Amino acid sequence: MLGSILSTGLAVGSVYALIAITYNVMFSASRVFSFTAGTLGMLGGVLGSLFIARMAMPVADGFLLALVCGAVVGIITEIVAVRPVLKSLDQHLYVLSTLALALMIQQFTAIEWSTEPQPFPRLLDIARGGFDQQIWLPMLACAVVIVGLELLYRHTLIGHAILAIAEDNFAARALGLPERSLRLASFALAGVIGALAGFAGGEMLLAFFANAPLLTFYGFVPVALGGMGNNRGAVVAGLLLGLFQQAANFLVGGIFASVAVFTVFIIVLLARPEGLAGATFQRRV
Amino acid sequence: MLGSMTASSATLPFLALLIVGISLPMFGGGYWGVIATRACVYWVLVSGLNLVVGFGGQIAIGWVALLTLGAYTTSVLVAGNVTPALPPYLALAIAGVVGAVFGLIIGLPALRLRTFYFAITTLGFATIVTQVALAWQSVTGGGIGVAGPIFPDPFASQWGFYYFCFGLAAICTWMTANIAASRFGRALTAIRDAEVAAEACGISKSALLGTVFVFSGAVAAVAGGLFAGMQSYITPDAFTLDLSILFFIAILIGGRGSILGPLLGTILLTVLPEFAAPLVAWSTFLYAVLLLVIVLAIPGGIAEILDFKNRRPLESDRAITPRPELLGLLFGSAPSAGALTLDEVALSFGGVRAIDGLDLEIRPGQVHGLIGPNGSGKTTTLNVISGYYAPQRGAVRLNGAALPALARHRRARMRIARTFQTPRIVSSASVLQNVMIGGTIDGRGTFVESLLSLPRHRRDEATLRDTAMLALAAVGLERLTRVRADRLQHSELRFTEIARALMIRPAFLLLDEPAAGLSAEEIERLGALILAIARAGTGVLVVEHHPDLIFDICHRVTVLNLGKILAAGTPAEIRAHREVVNAYLGA
Repeated sequence: MLGSILSTGLAVGSVYALIAITYNVMFSASRVFSFTAGTLGMLGGVLGSLFIARMAMPVADGFLLALVCGAVVGIITEIVAVRPVLKSLDQHLYVLSTLALALMIQQFTAIEWSTEPQPFPRLLDIARGGFDQQIWLPMLACAVVIVGLELLYRHTLIGHAILAIAEDNFAARALGLPERSLRLASFALAGVIGALAGFAGGEMLLAFFANAPLLTFYGFVPVALGGMGNNRGAVVAGLLLGLFQQAANFLVGGIFASVAVFTVFIIVLLARPEGLAGATFQRRV
Repeated sequence: MLGSMTASSATLPFLALLIVGISLPMFGGGYWGVIATRACVYWVLVSGLNLVVGFGGQIAIGWVALLTLGAYTTSVLVAGNVTPALPPYLALAIAGVVGAVFGLIIGLPALRLRTFYFAITTLGFATIVTQVALAWQSVTGGGIGVAGPIFPDPFASQWGFYYFCFGLAAICTWMTANIAASRFGRALTAIRDAEVAAEACGISKSALLGTVFVFSGAVAAVAGGLFAGMQSYITPDAFTLDLSILFFIAILIGGRGSILGPLLGTILLTVLPEFAAPLVAWSTFLYAVLLLVIVLAIPGGIAEILDFKNRRPLESDRAITPRPELLGLLFGSAPSAGALTLDEVALSFGGVRAIDGLDLEIRPGQVHGLIGPNGSGKTTTLNVISGYYAPQRGAVRLNGAALPALARHRRARMRIARTFQTPRIVSSASVLQNVMIGGTIDGRGTFVESLLSLPRHRRDEATLRDTAMLALAAVGLERLTRVRADRLQHSELRFTEIARALMIRPAFLLLDEPAAGLSAEEIERLGALILAIARAGTGVLVVEHHPDLIFDICHRVTVLNLGKILAAGTPAEIRAHREVVNAYLGA
């Protein structure tokens, strides 16, 4: 039982962590949290199933195509729902515009794909084992993404530029950084990460349109607890969330596990609105 | 005369809807009865949610959770799954109480968390309530569901039940319209659009939003009970997030801060799919498209489209002519306080010492000028006095008693008022309404009294209106009282803020750069107005960059540099102070 809690918990937690990173990558580039983060995760699963199971593409092709679609959705998010409302960030219109876009994608999927959960194909042709691919694939994806982002942010010029924008948008623009194209690139990257989360966790979560609101919520919990824009915090909090949820699942049963997660989330947030790791100072007057 | 005319033209659409609603059974078939009943039930919920979303600006997208809760509470109590079976009306009332409690619980995070966080927590609530309904089989029947309540005569028949729902919908419309036109409604819009100003006016965000969440939760749960009554059987499937989105979007389509707009929005969204049967499957998709279009293109919604009177052009040359002689009438015999003093106040941000050992005394009836270069700590001083920052050392005292640190909304009760460097105004409200916000703390009636338009509420409103008219006349804006504030010029906004601050008959008035952006003529009138306010007994602290204004009107001047006092004294002494001239005034 303990082994099962650990493996499933870490696998689900990796998906949550990836969605949290999706939120963060978009947030760093634009100071905007987007409701499309969970939708991207849902799309990763649905598109993977569509390309590989229904259209019988090779796994590698289907995988790449799903990621490309994720990038496209990320770019659309930036153009349609984020850029037009960035001027008036203080009115929080982005909450509504990204919610609208997320709903459109979700409803479109429900109607055109299916309202029932569909199976996700086995990706690797190896026998089922105790430590199955549906468990280690999400963990691997999470590890690759976090290492990749660290390399990108610390060791490339583009990464430095993105960090500069996240730190101080005005100063970065004054330096002549192409803020708009970097923002667009960040949203494309977020799209890829989100789609990867859903794809890697596809066998576990299935290809199901209603995963979108669930991932939107459970993916945001690590963001809130780990501190906005803090990817390492998000990974730690995401894995803990997965473990806690699975443990509660075993101990008190499915629904009360959700209630427990939610209660803990609210209590922690009320006690530390800036997250467990973050601290910010805001000038209001 | 004018007032009564607008009152009747504003109620006209509601009367028309009332007549249509009452006479509906005469020309509608049974099917239309079902749709109309549904619209009424939805509106009962939306009317309460409108106060949260449209007026209070809180992005509560998961309100379907309360509908679910109300539906199950009513059905389970009537079915007698856990208790002896209760009569439906009693069960509905109990559902309302349960909804009130949960409305508060769901709403509480809004008091601490920012917009997106709150939106997500309400979303989480909606998901979890459905999951609990699905899994708690012994009570809710799980996926099989539970029988909906049947309301006995006279509301048992289809049209009878319609009239029951319609009656409740009408009552909700009336109650929320009462709130909208009360100090509570105005305070909500202030929290939404100018939270900092709301605090300075003494509005307690937690108390007000808490009350509104209780009300909104109660009516939402009652709507849930009615919703269950429409169905023979309720299952968790009936309470999708789509429904929540419908409620939310109805408000935004209707327009924030309006009752009629969201009412029309609710009717529109309920009826629309019936006209386009092939589109039913796509309805949520279309709502989402509609939401996006509205956010990007017409943030004001239907209400803005219907707002004809604010499209008439304003006179282009209109002067602000204050009438300081009215201040005596406005202030009456306000008790004069002792003095407001700062003792050795120090505050640093990180390594920067914003103010460093500041002493200051503001006396009643005097104008005290606070000048200095940018970054010298002037606004920070104001913010310490009005409670935005807690001094790390030293104290702010009123009549010798230390002011509680960080209790911003309690300053107004101590008759300390302020204005802001950038005017903080509710731009979608009229000038008069904006000024009336300033008097919020002087209302006597409770939320419930306003809800039911009881005499004390009406007396409050009349008093507030008269006082606000007087304050506007005193600052010279009486011709613009009914204009929407976002149509005013910058200088008019500054005088509006002063009028709002005068509403509490301040013992101390803190003005943050009141002359910025004003013409020379306006600055002169402003100076005369400030002097008159001081003569009426108020102690005024003016932060300014215009040396002429400061030296004309101040009794005492303090010059700050890098958070420390460079000089303090009478205007003549300051003008002659060599260091001040070198550092700040120039030769």
